[in-house]
Amino acid sequence: MTTVFGVPLPAILGQLMLGLVNGSFYALLSLGLAVIFGLLGVVNFAHGAFYMLGAFAAYIGLQFLGVNYWLALLLAPLAVGVLGIIIERLFLRHLYQLEPIYGLLLTFGIALIAEGIMRSQFGASGKSYPVPELLRGGFNLGFMVLPIYRAWVVLASVTVCGMTWFLIERTRLGAMLRAATENAKLTQAFGINVPVMVMLTFGAGVALAALAGVLAAPVVQVSPLMGSSLVIVVFAVVVIGGMGSIAGAIVSGLVLGLIEGFTKVIYPEASNIVVFVIMAVVLIWRPAGLFGKEQ
Amino acid sequence: MRAEFTVNLVLVLFALLAPFLGLYPVFLMKLLCFALFACAFNLLFGYTKMLSFGHAAYFGSAAYVTGWLVTTRGWGTIEGILAGVVVSMLLGLVIGAIAVRRQGIYFAMITLALAQVVYFICLQAQFTGGENGLQSIPRGSVLGILALSGDRTMYYFVLAIFIAVYLGIRRIVHSPFGQVLKAIRANEPRAISLGYKVDRYKLVAFVLSASLAGLAGSLKALVLGFVTLTDVSQDTSASVVLMTLLGGSGTFLGPVVGANVVVTLEEYLSDLVGSWVSVIIGAIFVVCIMIFRRGFVGEIQRRFRRRTDSP
Amino acid sequence: MRKFMILALGTVLGVYASSQAVAAADQVVIGDIDDMSSVYADVIGQGGLEAINMAIADFGGTVLGKKITVLSVDHQNKPDIGASKFREWADQNGLTVVLGGSNTGVSIAMSKVAAAKKINFFAIGAGGASLTGVDCTPYTVHYAYDTTALGNGTASAIVKEGGKSWFFVTADYAFGTQLQEAATRVVLANGGKVVGAVRAPLGTTDYSSFLLQAQSSGAQVLGLANAGTDFSNSLKAADEFGITKTMKPAALLAFLTDIHALTLQTAQGLYLTTGWYWDLNDETRAFAKRFYAKVNRQPTMNQTAYYSATIQYLKAVKAVGSTDADAVMAQLKKTKINDVFAKDGYIRADGLMVHTMYVMQVKKPAESKYPWDYYKVVKVMSGEEADGAQPDPSCPLVKK
Repeated sequence: MTTVFGVPLPAILGQLMLGLVNGSFYALLSLGLAVIFGLLGVVNFAHGAFYMLGAFAAYIGLQFLGVNYWLALLLAPLAVGVLGIIIERLFLRHLYQLEPIYGLLLTFGIALIAEGIMRSQFGASGKSYPVPELLRGGFNLGFMVLPIYRAWVVLASVTVCGMTWFLIERTRLGAMLRAATENAKLTQAFGINVPVMVMLTFGAGVALAALAGVLAAPVVQVSPLMGSSLVIVVFAVVVIGGMGSIAGAIVSGLVLGLIEGFTKVIYPEASNIVVFVIMAVVLIWRPAGLFGKEQ
Repeated sequence: MRAEFTVNLVLVLFALLAPFLGLYPVFLMKLLCFALFACAFNLLFGYTKMLSFGHAAYFGSAAYVTGWLVTTRGWGTIEGILAGVVVSMLLGLVIGAIAVRRQGIYFAMITLALAQVVYFICLQAQFTGGENGLQSIPRGSVLGILALSGDRTMYYFVLAIFIAVYLGIRRIVHSPFGQVLKAIRANEPRAISLGYKVDRYKLVAFVLSASLAGLAGSLKALVLGFVTLTDVSQDTSASVVLMTLLGGSGTFLGPVVGANVVVTLEEYLSDLVGSWVSVIIGAIFVVCIMIFRRGFVGEIQRRFRRRTDSP
Repeated sequence: MRKFMILALGTVLGVYASSQAVAAADQVVIGDIDDMSSVYADVIGQGGLEAINMAIADFGGTVLGKKITVLSVDHQNKPDIGASKFREWADQNGLTVVLGGSNTGVSIAMSKVAAAKKINFFAIGAGGASLTGVDCTPYTVHYAYDTTALGNGTASAIVKEGGKSWFFVTADYAFGTQLQEAATRVVLANGGKVVGAVRAPLGTTDYSSFLLQAQSSGAQVLGLANAGTDFSNSLKAADEFGITKTMKPAALLAFLTDIHALTLQTAQGLYLTTGWYWDLNDETRAFAKRFYAKVNRQPTMNQTAYYSATIQYLKAVKAVGSTDADAVMAQLKKTKINDVFAKDGYIRADGLMVHTMYVMQVKKPAESKYPWDYYKVVKVMSGEEADGAQPDPSCPLVKK
């Protein structure tokens, strides 16, 4: 059997495959975060909470309202996105003129509230969410069995990421958004309603997080704490990619998932911190991130 | 000025008499440790506007070092505390040197990420006991003379250290060093143009803050007798930010008041309302950010100044 | 200025008032410190509280003319919460006995407080054998089961069936480590070998990468040294990734509630060791019926242990005439325990409650005739077979 670093090839391929799946989640989440930071300048610490709310929306939908997985993929992001818009309107809007620290701290408080409420209602242990019928079973890849559902996750994430990138970088709407980021007053002078755009963009970023949550529900069990451990890693990914760059966030997410997977085979204990170490190195050497522009 | 002195005097008197008034000494000591932690954090956030989002790293690592040395290595109490402070100081130096180069959000993110690294090191390291933590940490004695196992004696020991540090922080803030920090906070480019090595000042402030946070951690290990991963966790880092904001950053009493409120809420509310505690704390956080940005003490000071400012 | 003083005074008085001791002078105060919301919440949780209340009611409601109060808290699997609540109740609320723990790490922390404050502690739910070994105290009774029994029961059954090479997926804290040790001893003693092991943090939900490592090791047996939702998540993932087709899963610790959550379809054929099962005989069925009426689920071994421990404690207090921890402990160690939970049970010098254990196999869906009919008895182990007759030599209490 061929070995790399003394580890059998099938093992490495297996972990890389899983790393790709995790990377897809990172990419989708970083995308939402990068959209919000890049276009609004807000560090959304509640991103993990919105991810969690998306998963719970799917769970509650299934348990109590008869909403199946496929409907949830559409409805949960919408519902959570609306919640995000409400939060932007009521709270965030008033903090834009202050230092960005306050936006960060506010979203942090929102995350605490959201997690606290869900915890008191549902307890801290994970709730089980079944894999939809259509996606059960697995592909036998030789070196491992890859559950069909996980392949679907990769496909869905990459598609959504690609579509979002296209929307922002290649369409007129995206151009308007980017213009509003660079110079809000000037853009407004052209007759574009910037505050509404900001609001909708925040909602869209939040909806992306919620979508990731629905995709994650059958994989990681729906729990109120599922977002808090993830959000810090996602931040690191966005910082590595460059906080203003959409493409950077997507690529970094996928690559870091792969690196994490690889580390799990070579030096498992370090797999949790490899992202942070890379982030620290990138920040020292190239503060704007690998693809970003210095703000 | 006189009002502030009177308030401080009343509080000190109350603190001295507290054990005799039937208050639970262990709880009071916990309040003091966290108040100290918040004051240390405030030295950084309040006076230089640097938001360290991973301050628990210094608090917890000092706690672990002190706890381990005193329990398994049989070190004396004072030596153990000093060792803890030294470790947190060094950690502050390393992390600070990396973080201080960036500002604002990036600074916060670096401190956060590196604190996570510290968390995982504590999780993996043998001596910390991983998920189980360190238990049954003996309190020992002060230089072999004054045994600290009694709750009351320990309380006065901790109170003495707290008051000493509190006064120390006041001295630092009012000193020439403190003035430079204020200048940097007010207008960094100007301070640079005046020839001050701004990065160096910031680093010193960071290391000071980390060391004092470490002192608080070492004391906490001895007071409560155990150290666990919670002490280096994101939750604890977030708590101290909340305490300082709530009480009023940039004031002296602010972090103390904030720490007292948060620790008391967590202690007594969790019995009554369970998970709703985080919701309440989160809600208070949000209210503070939206409306009471100066915090409890900050707002009071502002009202007070308005009334005494004569045209 | 005056307003500020009033405000400050008010805050101070508030703190003062809220921290006033709820001292219980003439009461027996039972403390329930357990996991109410997280990984182990289904196994004991709220049901445990119900069991305590049932026991108090069955006992008569009072003992020695004193009222019986129950205090309860969720330790969230955090040693700091468990230990500080224990200490606070001891200092402020007149605590006389504590039941609970579940999490071995938290239980070890609690046992140290029990020793320092001289309060009887029934460690129920936690498996770690060190509670009666290196971590034993004069006040700890390790009640329902322990990792030694699990190893001797489950691991033994699997090795004897042919499962010789093992790979462990272990919960990364005291319990997982000790369970892995116990199983390893049995495997090696029976001519098997341990090919490798990997540690997963408590509360992990995505076991895919750990299981992949297990699969690439080529071992015959997948040793799951974890419990609660950790166990059900790892088994489900093993199923999902087709690993259960190539490796035999060993459920080193599984509770009735886990099997219920997994369904017989997934769990069939698993061996597990338990100290109690609701369908063993008429007495257990009667108790289960009463419990079910209150909680809507069949009782697990640990919940019944809560009931039994409460009654045994109250009986001992009555016999001794006081709540003095030393006297009560001496009485408990003299008593033979024969109730709905344990047959021929007794408390060893190191604090372990030795009693009959059962090795079960989970029924196939076709074999199950009514709800919660999940197990068939494979082997009945006497207490001595499960845990050995001699107390653990690593316990400092045991005279050599």
